[in-house]
Amino acid sequence: MERSPPQSPGPGKAGDAPNRRSGHVRGARVLSPPGRRARLSSPGPSRSSEAREELRSRLLGLIERSRVVIFSKSYCPHSTRVKELFSSLGVECNVLELDQVDDGARVQEVLSEITNQKTVPNIFVNKVHVGGCDQTFQAYQSGLLQKLLQEDSAYDYDLIIIGGGSGGLSCAKEAAILGKKVMVLDFVVPSPQGTSWGLGGTCVNVGCIPKKLMHQAALLGQALCDSRKFGWEYNQQVRHNWETMTKAIQNHISSLNWGYRLSLREKAVAYVNSYGEFVEHHKIKATNKKGQETYYTAAQFVIATGERPRYLGIQGDKEYCITSDDLFSLPYCPGKTLVVGASYVALECAGFLAGFGLDVTVMVRSILLRGFDQEMAEKVGSYMEQHGVKFLRKFIPVMVQQLEKGSPGKLKVLAKSTEGTETIEGVYNTVLLAIGRDSCTRKIGLEKIGVKINEKSGKIPVNDVEQTNVPYVYAVGDILEDKPELTPVAIQSGKLLARRLFGASLEKCDYINVPTTVFTPLEYGCCGLSEEKAIEVYKKENLEIYHTLFWPLEWTVAGRENNTCYAKIICNKFDRDRVIGFHILGPNAGEVTQGFAAAMKCGLTKQLLDDTIGIHPTCGEVFTTLEITKSSGLDITQKGCG
Amino acid sequence: MAAMAVALRGLGGRFRWRTQAVVGGVRGAARAGQRDYDLLVVGGGSGGLACAKEAAQLGRKVAVVDYVEPSPQGTRWGLGGTCVNVGCIPKKLMHQAALLGGLIQDAPNYGWEVAQPVPHDWRKMAEAVQNHVKSLNWGHRVQLQDRKVKYFNIKASFVDEHTVCGVAKGGKEILLSADHIIIATGGRPRYPTHIEGALEYGITSDDIFWLKESPGKTWHPTDVALECAGFLTGIGLDTTIMMRSIPLRGFDQQMSSMVIEHMASHGTRFLRGCAPSRVRRLPVGQLQVTWEDRTTGKEDTGTFDTVLWAIGRVPDTRSLNLEKAGVDTSPDTQKILVDSREATSVPHIYAVGDVVEGRPELTPTAIMAGRLLVQRLFGGSSDLMDYDNVPTTVFTPLEYGCVGLSEEEAVARHGQEHVEVYHAHYKPLEFTVAGRDASQCYVKMVCLREPPQLVLGLHFLGPNAGEVTQGFALGIKCGASYAQVMRTVGIHPTCSEEVVKLRISKRSG
Repeated sequence: MERSPPQSPGPGKAGDAPNRRSGHVRGARVLSPPGRRARLSSPGPSRSSEAREELRSRLLGLIERSRVVIFSKSYCPHSTRVKELFSSLGVECNVLELDQVDDGARVQEVLSEITNQKTVPNIFVNKVHVGGCDQTFQAYQSGLLQKLLQEDSAYDYDLIIIGGGSGGLSCAKEAAILGKKVMVLDFVVPSPQGTSWGLGGTCVNVGCIPKKLMHQAALLGQALCDSRKFGWEYNQQVRHNWETMTKAIQNHISSLNWGYRLSLREKAVAYVNSYGEFVEHHKIKATNKKGQETYYTAAQFVIATGERPRYLGIQGDKEYCITSDDLFSLPYCPGKTLVVGASYVALECAGFLAGFGLDVTVMVRSILLRGFDQEMAEKVGSYMEQHGVKFLRKFIPVMVQQLEKGSPGKLKVLAKSTEGTETIEGVYNTVLLAIGRDSCTRKIGLEKIGVKINEKSGKIPVNDVEQTNVPYVYAVGDILEDKPELTPVAIQSGKLLARRLFGASLEKCDYINVPTTVFTPLEYGCCGLSEEKAIEVYKKENLEIYHTLFWPLEWTVAGRENNTCYAKIICNKFDRDRVIGFHILGPNAGEVTQGFAAAMKCGLTKQLLDDTIGIHPTCGEVFTTLEITKSSGLDITQKGCG
Repeated sequence: MAAMAVALRGLGGRFRWRTQAVVGGVRGAARAGQRDYDLLVVGGGSGGLACAKEAAQLGRKVAVVDYVEPSPQGTRWGLGGTCVNVGCIPKKLMHQAALLGGLIQDAPNYGWEVAQPVPHDWRKMAEAVQNHVKSLNWGHRVQLQDRKVKYFNIKASFVDEHTVCGVAKGGKEILLSADHIIIATGGRPRYPTHIEGALEYGITSDDIFWLKESPGKTWHPTDVALECAGFLTGIGLDTTIMMRSIPLRGFDQQMSSMVIEHMASHGTRFLRGCAPSRVRRLPVGQLQVTWEDRTTGKEDTGTFDTVLWAIGRVPDTRSLNLEKAGVDTSPDTQKILVDSREATSVPHIYAVGDVVEGRPELTPTAIMAGRLLVQRLFGGSSDLMDYDNVPTTVFTPLEYGCVGLSEEEAVARHGQEHVEVYHAHYKPLEFTVAGRDASQCYVKMVCLREPPQLVLGLHFLGPNAGEVTQGFALGIKCGASYAQVMRTVGIHPTCSEEVVKLRISKRSG
């Protein structure tokens, strides 16, 4: 999350200079009067064959996506005649003036390879190479040109989206609202344990939604404890029933799945429950559950296939371990659980399982919550530890064995130290792997059409308009390289993408200062830079960090611990103490963080925090009275009463 | 070593005070040297204590006088003023108790096997809340002591413009003089004057938090305070609110009526357009209330255990003998008139908090105004308090947070055609599995219509409204535009993300 460069492009700049360097060609049929110019330029100096290949595929992309393309030179009278002809026919064209683009000469070279025609104008109509000026006029006189122009709907769809998660669905709906013919392909490959689910992707089915609901269930357990202190009377030991909860949550999810299908239908988006795979340019193979194959074509594609949990690659992992894909619909209580990993998924799951009263151990290879502020991460961990979660640091599992079958059964886990030769053994009912997620990009035929992926991570690199190296193929969501893996980000970028493609919008998705919250037992909300990243980017001496511990009012009477909740802001001393990092550890951290994120978008400074009046008594108000700097080393513990 | 440091600091303070007296003594320079304190604060509530602590930190010799006149029902409390003793703190805690009641009802849906209904014990809650308040009282005293602020538990009145006479509980009198005086005596609940039995049998918010026994079936004649009725309903009491006119005057009226709607649908009874005429004690001990329906003119009666008046607050200025010092008050409200520097009609006498005319009656504003005032007096600062865009939250069962202008106010200031209101109903994720009704969960943002559509006001009705509103208050302070708020990525799944997802304007329908 903290990988993005620190400075925001600033409001209003988003639309200037649209993609001149990126080689992107804007949607040709939008707002383009006859003779509109297309822009095309390469991203950098010649890297010989590779660059040439890239240019070639970009030219092909332009040809494929446009009804009419005219490669022209602005001073050429023949070119002008052709442009006038299409203009008189009322046909919009993409015009590329080779004398006005940086690499016009190379374009002309590549074009001659493709068409065997060295001169301009060079005209394509619905992907068919018509020829030069004379040939075009001949075709016009014979009626062939008109016929070619009529073959407008060369593709089945304007847009096909692979993946019906948050990003894919938002893009599909927006494109449909803009009057486009859209298809969504969604297919959930069952997990190794056989779990599968409906439309809506990770967030709805195996992510944010069930996670937050289980977190809420755990918070309710805490609330029940608190409630006695607040005068509510019941004597019995309250037990938690996993089945009741899971059924209620799954019911809610089913209603969401159904809601998504309904909303696609309402917007006339074609939904196909099939596995999508590119077979050639603009063509996709859709395979359904029964193995039936259907082929569809489209002018443009969006890849939004998301990620799935990673496995360890050790003996017994796929047979006996579960992941977050399975946990939320597990038909039985997981019992004594080993959570492997220290990602936010791992800590969140461990947190709520412990909240239900289960015996939970987290096995951590190195650090907690990689990429997040490490001071906060450690505090998240120590709060969990104080609330009964056991941590095994610096160990990795090497083997999982089944001792007993059952619901749940019994598993023996053998783990070894990452530092020495020490090994340990433990017996658990359930082993939950949460060691990371892999992009679903390797088995969807990307290589067939030349879409590049990062071979190591499987992620898809895109430019600032979410375009892959193949111009008519875009990508959104968790599969993007170096972008936050968050539902709202995917939704935002999917929606804005559709608006740019079909709605004449220029607005790009802004990935700076994206807020997020980790729903561990003590919630952690943040926006902007971690302390480590801030030091790396701005140097320690240029930063002022304000922090304090605080005690939520509701915790006092409940008898919960003081000096646990923590607030921290990181300010850039040389930019009027602008807030570049915001961190809060406490109840309702998500609700608190959101508004501050909006304020950071507007250039929040420490002075503004000081000038703003608090809302009393809330946790959020703590940020309006931050006085102690970290560099002062002063004590921040709360003594007695506030 | 520590004692030494403190002693030195004390000396330093005095030394500074002496030099100032010589240089800056405008009136009666000779006497100035003999005054007891640099600063005397009358009233030990949020505003007064903030002033005192800040001045002490700046090395001044400071005294605070505080005295709680028992309520007509005999309730009294310790140092810290309304917020700590009979306001925000006990209110939010009892609100929390009521919220926990709601969560207990949710719990079975989330798999917790707790037998319903769960009874509530008022005494246990009240004791816990009162213990917490007492610990805060104690904390305030310790803080004053730590900072060498002299504290007098005496009832103060002015003798002249530099001198205050204090009467202690035993009747002993003491005279205190100071160069600067800050009045921060706050306000107390108003009792109706023409209703028979009102004072005798009714209680107010001064008493409710300190009741040892449950108030039972309660009746709230109110136009302002819905919070008490909300938490009393929430802990299972039969609660009736009687309103003469509109609820939550000064707040956005659409939001207010939704707050009422939510309370009504959760068991609080409402009698609207009625005016009480008398309260009588029945032989069995219960109270019989008689009221008149203003539309039909008919009389009606009801029987209750408790009558809680919440019809407004009056400033605590009457016993101060302000005329002796020459401090002007508003003839209508009796509140103290001040300028933008919080100075009264007497230049070295100031006032902060609820006692001041035209200021929001909120703890954090009193604290900030007090601190800024003292920094101007003793710290060489010139920063004035900005009373615009003060965020606040009403802790009704469904919380209502707001900052900036109400829709009515925005229209009045800018004209209907220049105002765009974005709004949405939403369903908190936690409500789904709990099977709760979310018809009143609603958010609206009032903006200027002309680009870049400056945000004028934000109104949020839903769980944790206070937490949601705080950050956005900063955004509005920064001059956020609608577009900037929309460019903020949401945090999923929260209620606050609804604010950055507002796409539909009222105009568009």
